Amino acid sequence: MPVTAVLILAAGTFAIRIAGPLLRDRVTLPEKVQELMSASATVLLLALVAVSALTNGKQFGGWALAIGVVVGGVVAWRKAPFVAVIVLAAATTAGLRLLGVA
Amino acid sequence: MAAVALGAAVTGASFGAISVGSGLPWWMPVLMSVAIFAGGSQFMAVGIVAAGGSPAAAVVAGLVLNARHLPFGLAIGDVLGRSPLARVVGSHLLIDESTAFAMAQKDPARARAAYWACGVALFFSWNVGVLVGALAGQAIGDTATFGLDAAFPAAMLALTLPSLKDARTRNAALTGAAIALTTTPFLPAGVPVLLALVGLVAFRTKKKEEAPCPSPQS
Repeated sequence: MPVTAVLILAAGTFAIRIAGPLLRDRVTLPEKVQELMSASATVLLLALVAVSALTNGKQFGGWALAIGVVVGGVVAWRKAPFVAVIVLAAATTAGLRLLGVA
Repeated sequence: MAAVALGAAVTGASFGAISVGSGLPWWMPVLMSVAIFAGGSQFMAVGIVAAGGSPAAAVVAGLVLNARHLPFGLAIGDVLGRSPLARVVGSHLLIDESTAFAMAQKDPARARAAYWACGVALFFSWNVGVLVGALAGQAIGDTATFGLDAAFPAAMLALTLPSLKDARTRNAALTGAAIALTTTPFLPAGVPVLLALVGLVAFRTKKKEEAPCPSPQS
């Protein structure tokens, strides 16, 4: 993660944020565009979840990893606190690896 | 608001620890959190780079993710205050939570107070959390042994679940995830995640028929 990339992302994010208050008097976004924007955020996040849970970047990433993420997902779905989700997912994967599951 | 701030601190600590676990120096998640201050895109960027993706893909994905702040800013507008300094500083504090707190207030003065209180509180709790997590993460050695590679997607899944309740968003997201998974063996890391946006063709905007005939008195 180069510093340049962080700074570009930071500058771009700031530009997006300040555009709203500055353009407010002149621009109204169609509802359809707003819906697409929020849907695209979810699409990107779930795609990254799928790729990083099931692959190592090229092929299947192993059962220990996949099962750990599924456990975390189920726990999150049952409204467990965020920390519990993370700890249980990591612990499941670590435990499975300890047992020799790839 | 204290509960929200505490939640941000904990999420920040996870972000710090996971980032360091994925191989970044401790100050990198700290710099990201101060400068970007948008948790989802930070997780996203680190996740893409950790998976071997290019920084360019990470930046593009992060920006698309943060595009949702534009309608927030349009909706919230003058709540920040009209002076240039208030707009610059206030814009940096524009996040899901501060927007929600401000929108919940009808009175403009109270909305402004709520916005700034929430934004400032979360800025501090988030960054302190990230710093603590990053330093703690340094103490952890081999990340695969501790299953930290599972913590990352699990954290993002937890962030995503509430939006998946909406059936149209869920269809688009599942289509996108399928596209990303099937293209992963053939494309450079990071690109499949961006390609998932094609899944938006499965997104149907809400039909207007929910109010079939506007009644005269409304």
